[in-house]
Amino acid sequence: MSSRTIMRLMVGFYIVLFFTYLFGPLIMMGAAAFNTSPFPQVVPWEGFTLKWFGQLANDDLMVEGITNSLFIGLGVVALSVPISLAAAVMMGQIYERLRPYYYVIVVSPVLTPGVILGISTLVFWDRLGVMANADYETLYYNGIFLTIVGQSTFISAYCMLVFMARLQRFDRTQEEAALDLGATNVQVFWKVLIPFLRPAIFSAAVLAFLSSFENYNTTIFTIQAESTLTTVLAGKVRMGTQPDLSALAVIIVSITLIGAIAHEIMRRREAAKEEALREIAKRAEAVIDTSLTAKPQAA
Amino acid sequence: MNDYIGIFLAVLLALLVAPHAQRRADVTWDAVSRIKFVQRNGVALSTYLILAVLIWVVFMIILPQLYMVNFSFRHNLPLADVGGPKDTLTLDNYRYLLFGRENDEELLNWLHLKIFFKTIGVSVLVTIADFAICYPIAYYMAQVARGGGARLLVLCLIIPFWVNEILRAFAFRILFGTSGVINAVLIGLGITDQGIDFLRADVGLYAGLTYAYILLMIFPLYNAIESLDHNQIEAARDLGSSWLRIHRRVVMPHAKPGIASGCTMVFMLVAGALAAPQILGGPSSLWFTQVIYQWFFTGLNWPQGSAYAFVLLATSIVFVMSVMRVFKVRFGEIAK
Repeated sequence: MSSRTIMRLMVGFYIVLFFTYLFGPLIMMGAAAFNTSPFPQVVPWEGFTLKWFGQLANDDLMVEGITNSLFIGLGVVALSVPISLAAAVMMGQIYERLRPYYYVIVVSPVLTPGVILGISTLVFWDRLGVMANADYETLYYNGIFLTIVGQSTFISAYCMLVFMARLQRFDRTQEEAALDLGATNVQVFWKVLIPFLRPAIFSAAVLAFLSSFENYNTTIFTIQAESTLTTVLAGKVRMGTQPDLSALAVIIVSITLIGAIAHEIMRRREAAKEEALREIAKRAEAVIDTSLTAKPQAA
Repeated sequence: MNDYIGIFLAVLLALLVAPHAQRRADVTWDAVSRIKFVQRNGVALSTYLILAVLIWVVFMIILPQLYMVNFSFRHNLPLADVGGPKDTLTLDNYRYLLFGRENDEELLNWLHLKIFFKTIGVSVLVTIADFAICYPIAYYMAQVARGGGARLLVLCLIIPFWVNEILRAFAFRILFGTSGVINAVLIGLGITDQGIDFLRADVGLYAGLTYAYILLMIFPLYNAIESLDHNQIEAARDLGSSWLRIHRRVVMPHAKPGIASGCTMVFMLVAGALAAPQILGGPSSLWFTQVIYQWFFTGLNWPQGSAYAFVLLATSIVFVMSVMRVFKVRFGEIAK
């Protein structure tokens, strides 16, 4: 055996080891959902059952948490997609000198620990509530509203990065052409920029929803008396463990898996479509080039 | 000082409302529409852009952070006393982190200081461990694997990334529990006869933290290494470099922004983690974020909690700055 094959075997072994580390715990957790044993465990295997799934549907706390999480997720999408779109467009137009400072400020939420974003949102709105002499029932103290705001602080930054990546490839001559042909600014925005950004808007919305749905660190501080799926889950896991948690994990993992794979497929298809369009454009350009260079020769 | 936020908001609101209030004054209107930004975007769009960005930057990023810092220098007062004569600035909350209660026997507040240093130290170690685990995989994916194989690897990596943080921690609880899989294997092999309590020893926590943020290390590394021209590696090899030297002198210098980005992201997330320590941490050892959580919801002392949170934030900022200094990269390269 040459040293190269040994090297290759070692690399292969490492990759197998790595993916075992990555997927092993998840598979174990999934398996525990089907074990009859009253504790979430895989060994000893006491028999196959589906009863833990049935137990889930009767759990009111969990159902309420999921409803709130879905609502908050939609709220975060509605708030952070328009904000991040504006922030990304602004990035291209702000004074050259201000741009680095602007960039540091809007990207900082990505690098700020989630607990701190939650705490600052909580104390800030609490303060506003005190200053406005608001009742306890108002928005200032509403856990769901605060969670939407707190999560949007950093999710907007994620989405902005998605929009910025897309905008980098935007050809500004399209905008100018539309303006030259008599379009108004608003028309250019709706008919040129937004269609160009559509895949990014979709990606950003998916990203925002998923990030919101699985967020815990920010939510735990802003949610207060309400609950979301993650806070209910964390409470349950801490209290003690039952296999119905594994059952829930199996459901959530499958949903996120389907979502992530669907998103990936959509993204690939979009990319392939664009590649095809670019190919056509390149060919068209080549045809124009040859016809332009051919003419003088003919003449 | 107390009402400065109120004043600031009022001024801001006035600035926002003024153009609309004076709409009839042609002069103002003319001036506004002559601003380059407004010319380029039109009135409706400019309003949307500026308003959206202002709401985000001012009301969601800057003011809450500033207010949290301000709040951390205040006494824990009942609602009736807020804004009253007792509402003064104080360093008490920070003093408490360092020295504890005044009548304590110990000079320093070792209970919290130890937790703080443990959190930071373990975060650094977890970051290093993640780098060591991820570098070979990232290198393989970026430079060795080709075509379909590489794409499949990337997809495989994305999938666990979307699994909820709490569920990931829960999975480790199943693995490391006293009646967990690992103990069952150890007993089966005859290495121990009764289960080892990995959770009490925090082994589960460290493994879980390393696992939880592994992908935030691998993707920046992958992106950075992928942009390296493979010919450079070939050239170094042809000139007789050993593989160790190739990595140290060719690949790593090229991947510096990616390494810096991955390390800062992982460090921040580990130091700021709350779910994993709550679920996997031993009963006798706390993470610093758990202390903050206790101040807020068990101790009901929000200013004290804010002070602790600010200490955590400041530490994170110092860490990012030093990583940037060490790796000689700019902020823009880190936050990609």
